[in-house]
Amino acid sequence: MDSALWNSKTGLDAQQTRIAVIANNLANANTTGFKRDRAVFEDLLYQNVRQPGAQSSQDTQFPTGLQLGTGVRIVSTEKLFSQGNLTRTEGSLDLAIQGNGFFQILQPDGTIGYTRDGTFTLDSTGQLVNSSGYVLQPSITIPPNVLNITIGADGTISAQTSGSTAPTTVGNLQLADFVNPTGLQARGNNLLFETAASGTPQVGTPGTNGLGTLEQGSLETANVNVVEELINMIETQRVYEVNSRAIETISSMLEFANNTI
Amino acid sequence: MDRALYIAMNGAKQVQFHQTTNTHNLANASTTGFRADFNAFQSLPVSGPGYASRVYNQDNSRGIDFSSGTLQQTGRELDIAIKGNGFIEIQSPDGSSAYTRAGDLRVSSLGVLETGAGHPIMGNGGPIAIPPFQKLEIGADGTISILPTGQEATTLAEVDRIKLVNPNSQDLVKGDDGLLRHVTGESFEADASVTVASGVLEASNVNIVAELIDMIEMARNFELHVKFMQSLEENESATTQLLRLS
Repeated sequence: MDSALWNSKTGLDAQQTRIAVIANNLANANTTGFKRDRAVFEDLLYQNVRQPGAQSSQDTQFPTGLQLGTGVRIVSTEKLFSQGNLTRTEGSLDLAIQGNGFFQILQPDGTIGYTRDGTFTLDSTGQLVNSSGYVLQPSITIPPNVLNITIGADGTISAQTSGSTAPTTVGNLQLADFVNPTGLQARGNNLLFETAASGTPQVGTPGTNGLGTLEQGSLETANVNVVEELINMIETQRVYEVNSRAIETISSMLEFANNTI
Repeated sequence: MDRALYIAMNGAKQVQFHQTTNTHNLANASTTGFRADFNAFQSLPVSGPGYASRVYNQDNSRGIDFSSGTLQQTGRELDIAIKGNGFIEIQSPDGSSAYTRAGDLRVSSLGVLETGAGHPIMGNGGPIAIPPFQKLEIGADGTISILPTGQEATTLAEVDRIKLVNPNSQDLVKGDDGLLRHVTGESFEADASVTVASGVLEASNVNIVAELIDMIEMARNFELHVKFMQSLEENESATTQLLRLS
């Protein structure tokens, strides 16, 4: 069958995937700590029909050859870790990371998930947990009868209990960072997981070793730029259209040949 | 059998080759840094006894359109685009030097700077290794400076310089993997006059409108060849009619 048809098919496939990535970004425009994805395209292998430089006779060579492309594919989607905006919420357990780093969340299966979503609450035992109820690592327990909780830029959590005059330190929050955060695997629920490509986590105190600082009473919004995504969507749609137009043309060519001869 | 039929067949076949290149370009209309392929046809007259009426046609599509693509602002520090002419040197999977305009860079888990497709970027002496950093900047001449992890903002360190080259376009060929290479396989000398812009990506240089017009023209061309085959068939049947004895 005509390889031109298949080229257009790869174009449609790739644009379809790209629109899915864009739609996911737009759907998460209001997700706390969400990092947008970008589809990376690559041209597929070329078919070498005639090699240039091959001998056309004993002393001469073909000056040019014939090489036909076979289309496009999406080689990967990568997360872009630019900083999202910080919004003030005034919640004492709302945290935003300013700079690099992730909160560590203990999963029910014992592994650690990483997130930029700093919406924390207390569970029945006074432990700091995320919105799914998974425990923040290192685990921090807030004593009962607490009047207010203060979380410093370096992750020091101090609580003032009723009856005491000075706040007491109840724990230190730590952040993790990766050599290649782009290589982290997203599994939904605002969580990212370590892979061979991301490297191992480097855990440390916020504000040291390149880790960002914490901002109490703020949340980081998604870094999705709605206007940019809309432009991407228009571009994707037009390229999709032009590829489907190509299929139509090739198909009418073949139809004409079938009907005429 | 009339030999003219073969001329029409050859024409239709070459049109299909052209359409393949055309659809390949259209499929890559949003591939970062993609350079469109050209089609060039060559006439091949058949000489021999008698009048040289037959001229076949051969598609020699190895031409590459080296015009610049649109620059798109992304704001990402690891996105670079070459201003004007030039290429970024990368290491292809077989270890040889290859060239690209795609500047969507990233740092791998081993700290190697690579393109979005996973090819290591070449520096002054081989692939560029980036130590852990808080902030990375790529200068106009391709110099990479970083603020190492855990250091004060004043201790910027220069890591390496991306090897940028500016070869003559006739010395470049597209390999079967879509990467550009030197005709003879060697690597080009670095050229200090090539500059890059950081935070910008260069889009594909495929001109969608031109490709569409080309596609329509080719479709009509194809119909012409097919029509020709039809006329020849009619000629043949007329001849048969004439020669029928009864």
